[in-house]
Amino acid sequence: MNTISEYWETIWQYRDTFRSGFWVTLQICVLSATGALLIGSLVAIARISPVPPLRAAGTAYVTIFRNTPLTVIMFFAAFALPELGSNADFLRIPGLDKIFGRLGTDLPYFRFAVLALSMYTAAFVCEAIRSGINAVPAGQAEAARSLGLTFIQNLRHVVLPQAWKAAIVPLGSVIIAMIKNSALAGFFGVVGDLSQSANSLTSAGGEPVIPIFIGISIGYLILTVPLGLLLDQVEKRRAVTR
Amino acid sequence: MKKDKPQATVLYDAPGPRARTINLVGSVVIGILLIFLAYQFVYVPLDEKEQFSGELWGPLLDPSNENFDRVWRRLGDGLVNTLKAAALAIVASFICGMALAVLRIQLKSLMTRRFLSLHPVLRYTLRTLSWILNGVTRFCVEVFRGLPVIITIFFVSRLTPEIANEVWYNPVSYIPEDPMWYVVIGLTIYNMVVIAEILRSGMEGLPGGQKEAASSLGLSSFQTTRLILLPQSLKIMLPALISQLVVILKDTSLGALISYTELLNVGKQVIGVLDNPLQTYTVVAVIYILLNYSLSKLAQYAQYRLSRSRNRPKKLPKAPPTVAPMT
Repeated sequence: MNTISEYWETIWQYRDTFRSGFWVTLQICVLSATGALLIGSLVAIARISPVPPLRAAGTAYVTIFRNTPLTVIMFFAAFALPELGSNADFLRIPGLDKIFGRLGTDLPYFRFAVLALSMYTAAFVCEAIRSGINAVPAGQAEAARSLGLTFIQNLRHVVLPQAWKAAIVPLGSVIIAMIKNSALAGFFGVVGDLSQSANSLTSAGGEPVIPIFIGISIGYLILTVPLGLLLDQVEKRRAVTR
Repeated sequence: MKKDKPQATVLYDAPGPRARTINLVGSVVIGILLIFLAYQFVYVPLDEKEQFSGELWGPLLDPSNENFDRVWRRLGDGLVNTLKAAALAIVASFICGMALAVLRIQLKSLMTRRFLSLHPVLRYTLRTLSWILNGVTRFCVEVFRGLPVIITIFFVSRLTPEIANEVWYNPVSYIPEDPMWYVVIGLTIYNMVVIAEILRSGMEGLPGGQKEAASSLGLSSFQTTRLILLPQSLKIMLPALISQLVVILKDTSLGALISYTELLNVGKQVIGVLDNPLQTYTVVAVIYILLNYSLSKLAQYAQYRLSRSRNRPKKLPKAPPTVAPMT
């Protein structure tokens, strides 16, 4: 019993570190998810367009980013980009850096992490969207065309609603995986997120490993487990209605 | 339908002669535009920074360079270490994953048993016990599935020496020195849970008749799971399982963060000497892409073979798509 109360004391002692780490991780996740959805949709549009060069470019993007480990991409962003003289300054979006303070700082590592995470996740987002659109039977769109719907009407009323239903579960699991991948940011110069706190508390701080592990884990599980359960519910409901 | 004729997709009809002409012109224009953009915004800036110089690329690409042999021997060592860690993690997580899947199915069927023939005290003890066991395994699965792999690996690398100290009271001789084991253990913990969930959903998706037929033949619950459900689940879920191999292979690169000298870490060392980050990371990325791409092709081939095979149950539950899962 003694050790349990000791553990609890350590966790309680560092509650502020865990809380601020959670916020930094959440910021990385929100920004990267937005970026990944944007880039991913663009790549998906390129991949389903009727223009061969665009399709080829989209396919190349997906093949490259899906088969490279995120660690390599992170190293690339954190150590090769500065070599090229880039600080990812285009991510210092005015207005947005008021909310997400780290975007505007002189240290570029937060921006590098968001950039790498967005580019990597975008490949998987693209595949989820594309598989959703391909899951719509071709007869649906043919029927819409023969009813005289234009291309935009066809997309808006027939194809996209059905594609959305097929894509929502894969998209959700991509986002969950992205939240877990955001832990890598702490190993590439982003100070103060959950994983970097874990590292500094246990190595430099010399704190016992288990209570810190529990505190850090709670931070990640708050994000991933509810999303996973929600996704299971959506999947079950879809399985029944189909 | 002939292969070279564009087919109708969900979004577009098969193009007629006029649309084909427009398409061709558009393709050429957009193709030239793309090449121009790549030249203007990728090639020119890189060239200005002299990133295409032989000094930076030579040790990696030019066999006559004095460093070529040494660099590639090191990279080869790194690749061997990557494959070693990946192979160990794959074997371990498959064995443990299968065991965990069987355990969870067994616990679930245990929970439906009511032990009516036993004394009430014993009956309720057993029922509570099976509830608790089921809850504990469920909890562990949810926790380790929801944690980032790198956090698991990191804490394995921190905890193992501590536990070794506690158990053997001899800090020197029993601490595993090779960080490879931390990578393998961490990857196994995460991936065995994922594989167990894949196999479990495969088993639960099987037609109920399989289980009923097995129990009417007199097989016990454990025999049913082991001999009837698990093999079929392995077969149905084969594409998803092979995609999981890609994930494990990719995740061995996390070893670079806890100083295991695998491919990526060797790349880092090479950069430390030659100071060519862009070039070396590109080569490392290309090696990973080749490995993973061939594994994904294997997954597609497996799915193709599976869809052809004859002796399968009539109503297969829908296998997950081969979209490689993210880590």
